Amino acid sequence: MMTGDTAMRDIFFEECDDLITDLSEGLSAMRDGQTDDAIVNAVFRAVHSVKGAAGAFALDDLVSFAHRFETVLDAVRSHRLSLDDALLHVLQRASDVLADLIDAARDNLPANPAQVDPVVAQLQSFLGDAPQPVEDLDFEAVTLAFDGPDQPARRYLIRFRPNAAFYASGHDPLLIIKALQALGPTSVSVDLTRLPHSLAGLRWQDGLMGWQVVLDGPATDLPILEVFQFVDDLCDLQITAGPDDAAADPVPIAPAPVVEAQTDTSDRSGKRAAASLRVDPERVDRLINAVGELIINQSVISQRLQEASLPNTAELFSDLDDYKLLAREIQEGVMAIRAQPVKPLFQRMLRIAREAADMTGKLVTFTTEGEATEVDKTVVERLADPLTHMIRNAIDHGIEAPDQRIAAGKSAHGSLRLSARQRSGSIVIEIADDGAGLDRRRIRDIAFEKGLIAEDAQLTEAEIDHLLFAPGFSTAKAVTNLSGRGVGMDVVKTAITALGGRVTIASVTGQGTSFSITLPLTLAVMDGMIINLGGQTMVVPIASILETIRPKAADLSQIGLNSTLLRIRGEYVPVIDLAERMGHTTLPRDMTERVLLLIQTDSVPQCALAVDDIFDQRQVVVKSMQGNYGEIAGVSGATILGDGKIALIIDAEAVAQGNTSFPATNSHNRRDVPHVATC
Amino acid sequence: MSQLAELKKSERLEFVTLVAGGQNFCIEIKQIREIRRWTPVTVLPHSPDHVLGVINLRGAVIPIIDLAAKLGFPKIAPSERHVIIIISIEDRIVGLLVESVSEILGVDAGNLRETPRGPEDPTIRAILAIIPLGDDMTKVISLPALLAPASPVAA
Repeated sequence: MMTGDTAMRDIFFEECDDLITDLSEGLSAMRDGQTDDAIVNAVFRAVHSVKGAAGAFALDDLVSFAHRFETVLDAVRSHRLSLDDALLHVLQRASDVLADLIDAARDNLPANPAQVDPVVAQLQSFLGDAPQPVEDLDFEAVTLAFDGPDQPARRYLIRFRPNAAFYASGHDPLLIIKALQALGPTSVSVDLTRLPHSLAGLRWQDGLMGWQVVLDGPATDLPILEVFQFVDDLCDLQITAGPDDAAADPVPIAPAPVVEAQTDTSDRSGKRAAASLRVDPERVDRLINAVGELIINQSVISQRLQEASLPNTAELFSDLDDYKLLAREIQEGVMAIRAQPVKPLFQRMLRIAREAADMTGKLVTFTTEGEATEVDKTVVERLADPLTHMIRNAIDHGIEAPDQRIAAGKSAHGSLRLSARQRSGSIVIEIADDGAGLDRRRIRDIAFEKGLIAEDAQLTEAEIDHLLFAPGFSTAKAVTNLSGRGVGMDVVKTAITALGGRVTIASVTGQGTSFSITLPLTLAVMDGMIINLGGQTMVVPIASILETIRPKAADLSQIGLNSTLLRIRGEYVPVIDLAERMGHTTLPRDMTERVLLLIQTDSVPQCALAVDDIFDQRQVVVKSMQGNYGEIAGVSGATILGDGKIALIIDAEAVAQGNTSFPATNSHNRRDVPHVATC
Repeated sequence: MSQLAELKKSERLEFVTLVAGGQNFCIEIKQIREIRRWTPVTVLPHSPDHVLGVINLRGAVIPIIDLAAKLGFPKIAPSERHVIIIISIEDRIVGLLVESVSEILGVDAGNLRETPRGPEDPTIRAILAIIPLGDDMTKVISLPALLAPASPVAA
């Protein structure tokens, strides 16, 4: 009908995301038994709005699918269809397909008929041979929440009254109104003056109804004429341009009429447009960098002042403290801009879970918790792939087929729970199923077959579980469509490690498996322990430190020439000399003069890192080394200290695994990035 | 030598001349961001000999390379008198420690001569061209060649 520019398209797709969220929310409320009209209406409206807006962008696949979907929903709404499990299931699948179609349209990809057609057929089966219901004329206006147009808005009054030929040739006044709404905020009223007062004389084809649309829209009436381009001889049309509001109004409140109009229409539709600001993420990143510099600069200044030993500094330092607090506050505020709730991610996972359950023929109940938990945008984006993989794994390998479940004395429906919560500076995401649990014997066998372990290796349960993350490990007996495509859980682990996170597994045979992903709240700032190592200042992430210990001679025992064990609460843990791992060649000091950091990582249960001293515990701004230098074994990044010097951030896991030799001889089981500095 | 051809597209070229390992070299001025006095570095673990460490350049972490050592000369013992040339190629920013920086040299592109290929050695590999200067000559350093990852690192 018309070509929307890219900005319009972007807004349309963002709006669609919101609508899909509403749709999934409504559908899950319906599944939970809330089938009152308000919810059914909300679901109907969401689909309807997608259809209307998609029509304006000539996305035909989307429109025709949404139309079928909407027709079924309309039947539900008017109680011609009763909601049962089968119907709910189809509705949910339809909502997934709709979301996929939107995604496809966004990327300008064609729809995948293999995916769409079965659902269309299912939808159609519910409609049976019933005649297509006449479009509900009592529609509620839903306006896309547009940002103010770039050009000054002009107000148009559009009256149109379709005649019989309009209807006879299959046009729909609703689509026209939708297309107008896509042009800007509108208010629509219906003109019923020509309707006869008795039903006896009513012929609906006669074009008795007219509409009046007030549109705050484009600077010219060209787009409006385009909307009517195919029907202008089939209706009485009258377009009057109002005074040029924005230009004529001397008071600088140009956006106000737009905002008012929006609120007005959104209230009528019962849906509030979210007051949000769309910002280029790059701008936010620049701001975050600048704030990072501000914090470093603040600590430089305060350190310099302390060293300057000025007289009467009490007030100066109290001002400095204020400066520090303000800087922190700005930083938190800026970080909050990047924070996003995990909800859209979780809903996407629900779609994946439903799809996976359908493909495997398993019965699965999905629950999500903590959808409002906020995580850094990058984390949300980069979690999608690992989570997808884990969800598919849980359904494919974790949850048993219904008959097996019944045989095991469980309910035929498996349960899969996806939860997120914040725990002291980290985010914990958990994927738990109530399936068969890990088959440790098989994992062991496979690991041996693939040469990952020796036949007689003595492994604890946790160590066996951890083999899942070994590269090239895949437990699927047969390669299925769903998981086991040769990439395995090691990819998941790599992705999560790259985000500074950890994955742990807990599994009880017969009762289920749960994976916990622990992630830092933000990627740019980290809580670190500032340590001294051979005269150099370094940082160890607090997240990996369990406790700090100043050892007594009695707690340390030597094994051979170079190994030391620390006894702690009856357990023995290996002591790793960090100085040695970092390639320092200074003579080792006596362990009792040093400080031990008890470290826990995914792969090595516990170990103690020996450092020379600990100074402080503070937030540090993480700087990547990779851009200018490359990856350094045992170092995850660098930060800038109060005195302007650089301190390296220790990668506790790599150190504990012993992967710090350079060049790496075992880079294949580290990361995909070349393990080589480029200088 | 497409790099040299690229360079010869401009008629007039400017180079900053420097001394490293007692010899004359030069770097095209467009690749230089700034020149700083030597400041102490933070040493990196497991780094090759020619990498001195990293410094804080207004909030960015910049590696510092001993140009003499990188070109196969003995290492420079850095002191206050030495200078760091901050260069920028592609997306990377790197500091080069040199013994001294002398002058800005303007030459016609036609004066650039291709480096005669002798036996492979680390210095020649990193030389893009030579410029005759009366009785003397100076060597144009190719930063991409200088900073390219060392050919497959022996495992």
